[in-house]
Amino acid sequence: MGNTITEKIIALKSEQKKVNPGEFHQIKVDRVMIHDLFGPFVIQQFRKMGFKKVWDPTRVVFIFDHLVPANTIEAARHFQEIFNFADKMNISNVFEAEGICHQIMPEKGFVYPGDVIMGTDSHTCTYGAFGSFSTGIGYTEMAAILGTGEIWVKVPETILFKLSGKLPSGVDAKDIILKIIGDIGTDGATYKTMEFCGDGIAGLTMSERMTICNMAVEAGAKNGIIPVDKTTSSYYYQYSLSTDKYLTISSDDDDAVCHSTYEYDLSKLEPMVSCPHTVGNVKPVSKVSGYKIHQAFLGSCTNGRLEDLRIAASIIRGRRINPQVRFIVTPASRKIYREAIREGLVQILIDSGAIVTHPGCGLCAGNGGIIGDGERMISSNNRNYIGRMGSKDSEVFLGSPATVAASALTGYIVDPREFIR
Amino acid sequence: MDKNNKAHTGKAWKVGRHFDTDQILPSQYMLFPTIEEMAKHALEGIRPDFIPNVRRGDLLVGDENFGCGSSREQAPRVLKYIGIETVIAKSFASIFFRNAINIGLPVIVLPDAVDRIREGDRIEISFEKGVITNKTQGETYTFPPFPEFLMGIIKVGGLLQYAKSRS
Repeated sequence: MGNTITEKIIALKSEQKKVNPGEFHQIKVDRVMIHDLFGPFVIQQFRKMGFKKVWDPTRVVFIFDHLVPANTIEAARHFQEIFNFADKMNISNVFEAEGICHQIMPEKGFVYPGDVIMGTDSHTCTYGAFGSFSTGIGYTEMAAILGTGEIWVKVPETILFKLSGKLPSGVDAKDIILKIIGDIGTDGATYKTMEFCGDGIAGLTMSERMTICNMAVEAGAKNGIIPVDKTTSSYYYQYSLSTDKYLTISSDDDDAVCHSTYEYDLSKLEPMVSCPHTVGNVKPVSKVSGYKIHQAFLGSCTNGRLEDLRIAASIIRGRRINPQVRFIVTPASRKIYREAIREGLVQILIDSGAIVTHPGCGLCAGNGGIIGDGERMISSNNRNYIGRMGSKDSEVFLGSPATVAASALTGYIVDPREFIR
Repeated sequence: MDKNNKAHTGKAWKVGRHFDTDQILPSQYMLFPTIEEMAKHALEGIRPDFIPNVRRGDLLVGDENFGCGSSREQAPRVLKYIGIETVIAKSFASIFFRNAINIGLPVIVLPDAVDRIREGDRIEISFEKGVITNKTQGETYTFPPFPEFLMGIIKVGGLLQYAKSRS
């Protein structure tokens, strides 16, 4: 009986020949990511545990994104405590204003196929796009890893999502993952691996793959993962890195055993939206078309990448957004921000009436742009929980960058396919 | 659960399916310096009656996918701080489950009990015997003991104490 990618990574990192779903193993961690919101709590627990040294300072990355730039004294204190700790522990990887953690980790070269990466954020599962085993944990567990370099895991069963065909124009990766979560539910993959494969995946860029793996946790998954292929290899080639040594663990064995298998023909997909107040409440956009919106948000670790800004700019170019709508755009990183300016995307967005903010978690972390009682927002992020981005009497609909941009133009939720040019 | 595994009687607070960590503790309180201060706002959006009336030894009864959402460990921590004895649910989101175990808050997966227990029922739990007694309705529900692996962490009071013993 063969193994899936996730099982192979866990076997490798626990120094076992083979592991099986359901077994508990202590595994070695290749890299950890700690963000500004929970940094001080990790540090406090680390001290209480009695550790004096971090197991390997080169494997620790601190990223400020939820609270950037600080708008309370408490936020400023979080930054100070992290800087002091990093200094004392010789941790040089501290990124103060570079962008969202899940964008910065791969951008700065901290994510590799076959690696185990743990983060203090639930969307750490994003790195599965690169063939890594990555997941979110609490701050006490993170403190224990800082001291020991290890964590226990229960080997998850794998659910396989075989994607075939090519996405129609105006339909994108966000629609794929919304469709899947709508089908299996927000607990459809609890403590399981969601593995995405097939020729449909082969045709997707690394950015699109990140969008898909990012939302695995919204179906309750332990991790999301995508086999390493030519697209992954070319991505690493730009950093002069080869993925060859990962090939044995970067795809499933032919006789790997999966919990279940789902098949999707991407050519038949349509734009989807997740309706209030749970991510699993997914409908085709046509079912809510015409709902008036007060705000649109394009950004977050799900959809704040250059490709997303390009899609929005191509829809909006030469047009004005609806004057009744606030349109907030937050690039996921400084690198993306700079490139978006260079390509003229920021100019197009600003000219249309959008607010373009500095990179970071922004509105998805409840900063800058929260909505009031009775207001409605279409958003490209990953969660539409009650009160997450404003009043508990407001509504958030989740959609693709195209759906967000087209809706910002019209002032109501709309099928973006009519706006693609 | 106290050190002697003695059973307490507490009141059941029921919440719905997919009860997420933002509802347990909204994001805006995450910057408060202590769990004590955060705890004053637990469940405030959806159950404003919770904080004024909850008593040490009470328990939360969730439904499917309790604790879904963010990785915030503050969610189980505020519940433990308030004195919530345990959370019983049909299923738990995995990050919440791990965090709860790691801070020494035992959680119980028992769908039948969730269906039977009503808001306000008086409940007594024996973790040692694996028995939930519903004193209001005169019923008992049994649950399988935790794997030894996890019980070790819960018994010493959480991962912090567990790690301390190894550092």
